[in-house]
Amino acid sequence: MSLPSRCWIAVIGILLTVFVVSLPASAKTPKDTLVMASQFDDIVSLDPAEVFEFSGAEYTAQVYDRLVAFDLDDISIILPSVAESWTVSEDGKTFTFKIRQDITFHSGNPLTARDVAFSLQRVVKLGKTPAFILTQFGLTPENVEELVQAVDDEMLTFTTDQAYAPSFILYCLTANVASVVDSQLVQSKAVNGDYGHGWLRTNSAGSGPFKLNAWRPNDALIYDRYDGYWKGEPGFTRVFVRHIAETSTQKLLLEKGDIDVARDLTADQLAALADHKKIDLVSRPRGEIMYLSLNVEREPFSSVEGRQALKYLVDYEGIASTLLNGQVRVHQAFLPVGFLGASQETPFALNVDKAKELLAAAGLEEGYKTTLDVRNLPELLKIAEAIQASFAQVGIEVEILPGTGRQVLTRYRAQKHDMHLGQWGPDYQDPHTNAQTFAANPDPSEASTLRTLAWRNKWDAAELTPQTTAAVLERDPATRAGMYMEIQRAHQQSSPFIIMFQRVAVIAHRKNVSGLIWGPSFDTYFYWQGTKSK
Amino acid sequence: MAQAEWHQKSGDDPAAARAHRWTLKALSTAGTIALTFFGLLLVTFLIARVVPIDPVLAVVGDRATEEVYEQARQDMGLDRPVPVQFAIYVRDVLQGDLGTSTLTARPVAEDIARVFPATLELATIGTLIGVLLGVPLGVWAAARQGSAVDQLIRFVGLVGYSVPIFWLGLVGLLLFYVQLDWVSGPGRVDIFYDGVVPPVTGALLLDSLIAGNTEVFWNAVSHIILPATLLGYFSLAYISRMTRSFMLTELSRDYITTARVKGLSERQVIWGHAFANIRVPLITVIALSYAGLLEGSVLTETVFVWPGLGSYITNALFAADMNAVLGGTLVVGMVFVGLNLLSDVLYQYLDPRARQ
Repeated sequence: MSLPSRCWIAVIGILLTVFVVSLPASAKTPKDTLVMASQFDDIVSLDPAEVFEFSGAEYTAQVYDRLVAFDLDDISIILPSVAESWTVSEDGKTFTFKIRQDITFHSGNPLTARDVAFSLQRVVKLGKTPAFILTQFGLTPENVEELVQAVDDEMLTFTTDQAYAPSFILYCLTANVASVVDSQLVQSKAVNGDYGHGWLRTNSAGSGPFKLNAWRPNDALIYDRYDGYWKGEPGFTRVFVRHIAETSTQKLLLEKGDIDVARDLTADQLAALADHKKIDLVSRPRGEIMYLSLNVEREPFSSVEGRQALKYLVDYEGIASTLLNGQVRVHQAFLPVGFLGASQETPFALNVDKAKELLAAAGLEEGYKTTLDVRNLPELLKIAEAIQASFAQVGIEVEILPGTGRQVLTRYRAQKHDMHLGQWGPDYQDPHTNAQTFAANPDPSEASTLRTLAWRNKWDAAELTPQTTAAVLERDPATRAGMYMEIQRAHQQSSPFIIMFQRVAVIAHRKNVSGLIWGPSFDTYFYWQGTKSK
Repeated sequence: MAQAEWHQKSGDDPAAARAHRWTLKALSTAGTIALTFFGLLLVTFLIARVVPIDPVLAVVGDRATEEVYEQARQDMGLDRPVPVQFAIYVRDVLQGDLGTSTLTARPVAEDIARVFPATLELATIGTLIGVLLGVPLGVWAAARQGSAVDQLIRFVGLVGYSVPIFWLGLVGLLLFYVQLDWVSGPGRVDIFYDGVVPPVTGALLLDSLIAGNTEVFWNAVSHIILPATLLGYFSLAYISRMTRSFMLTELSRDYITTARVKGLSERQVIWGHAFANIRVPLITVIALSYAGLLEGSVLTETVFVWPGLGSYITNALFAADMNAVLGGTLVVGMVFVGLNLLSDVLYQYLDPRARQ
């Protein structure tokens, strides 16, 4: 190649370098804007009558108000929200709520008892996944208009089929399924009697601190401030939530100040940020518990001794302190800390000799081969490998079967697993949500319509099922708490569930961001009181 | 009508014969395309049915009651026999309906219209970089076979082939974004510019120019430059190696010796003679490289948070969102078929023999 060509190459090279260097450096996030990285690929709908995923629940908390709320510092206290007060009839079946008259929706329409009635009725009529939270009170599409009624703009009556524990009903009405939608707006969007569901899946009709600006699945969720919010003016004009699957990318962006909050950093990444001058880490216990379950139809898991032996073969402290440093705490009961009647007793620890005794009592001293279904997430695989290693000490050979979330779930629901490593988050804030799924199995048959986790593991829960039913009807909170405590103790000893940990959420944010609220569940994460200094 | 008979009748009319040849060719091409798409759909559909994932769970979630689950299963048509499901799907596709994604709750066509421009934008710039640098480098290496320049270009190509793209992506981010601050980080644009420019083409660079918003345009340029260069590098690695190989074959031919003996300059020999003859196979190489990038590079898209087709199809696959997988596969198929057709047209333009 001749000299002039080389000169050209040099010139082009210099120009390219100058071009790249002269590109505008990445601007930092504006003061009135919150920018957050989060993995929200679980959202399938924005309609509160259908939302049942973690990220969807967080979305509804920003856009909608709910009938009642609970105190985030002491969740045993139920607080007014859209309902400013309520009374319960003598027979314990009818609640009468007085609705605040100073709330307006984003559309400008006033919020009335009729909107609340419409919202609850459409949940039952649409019959989507979370509808059971209301239908468990005897509401059906046929009777819901009669049982949930707006007396006038101010008063709402809510009638149940039995006299349940009042706390049970109120906790259920703190769930996002009780979000109040703008009935006029939603009805105007109804098509073929769908109660506006088709429209509301991708749009919003709320009265919360933020309005939905845009939702692009697996990409971005953008909120705009609602200036007329009844609790006060939100601190941010706009909130951007960006789906960033790669956690190392979230960390890079946070360190550079291109995002304000990173939600999904791993234990190693959080440890690396612990002493960062411009980043704070916030730890909050979450409602999810991590457990290992055993299919009792398989021979080694059919006896109580055989199951108990495995409960002494998990290195709970070792996994929590080294493998999942800071992201879980040891917890061995099905009710997470923070729930009414939650037990914090931890009767099991790694004890190989005790396990051998129990295996001998079960006639399993020779060991056996089994499989463990686990979702292919790094942290779950780490736990699975630790279990595999400790079980091997008594001759139990565990083959780990990793799969995608849906693959593992498909096998679990079809009762095809031997052992399943899973996570479970409560559906609402009342203890019945976890008690019912872990400790009750009213119909163990194939034809069952209530397929609880006990059902999936083919455990009949014969003794605990009636106790669970009795606890949900107990009206005295203290007695009720005691009943759950007893159920958890019995469950720890006999059930095929090895409950290991309660998750801890660790949120990393820039130090100039404050006021964001991270409650005990995703639907109690609130951005509106957050602010940002320079 | 038999072809020979028709020729006899229209033997005196070359224009008509040419028109007939073109018609036959067009019909044959259309038939091949239709068969390709049908095969593509059938295979993808069957794979989707044997994957051990329950697609209903993607819609109703883990906690649904049996009634809700069964209702959703029926709504999705999964209670029908598989051949019927396939027939219904093909019928809908022919009517332009790719179905609704269970993952995003939106029409698949709408989703693809959103994610494909992002991939198109990235792949086009990547391919441009690959072609503009890869072809001259390949020619240069061939012209200096065995020299230090040749060794260096081959080494650069080898690295492009062998280093994992996500690793290079992360290293590139650490160096140019974190340390040097030359370029912006992951994403198509700084997050708070999101939604500032109204989407027209879906390609952010074009849309920001259309809207006359230079601030967003330059911000988008500073975001795309690193992933596009990375893809361009991989494209360059492939194109430069292939160009070098084609050129070496061509430079060893007798007519090149003749040209040199005639006293033509080296530039004329290389570019005027040898390169002119490798353009046709080079087009195939470039088209394949471009098509490969248009499929969407999942790893690049993940590292750079680029909401493109690759991540869309991968997410859909993991979630058993079969309408999205089938829709995405159709688009990828269309890309390959379209680029093949384009290659055919270019062949005819560049090679007189292909026009015969």
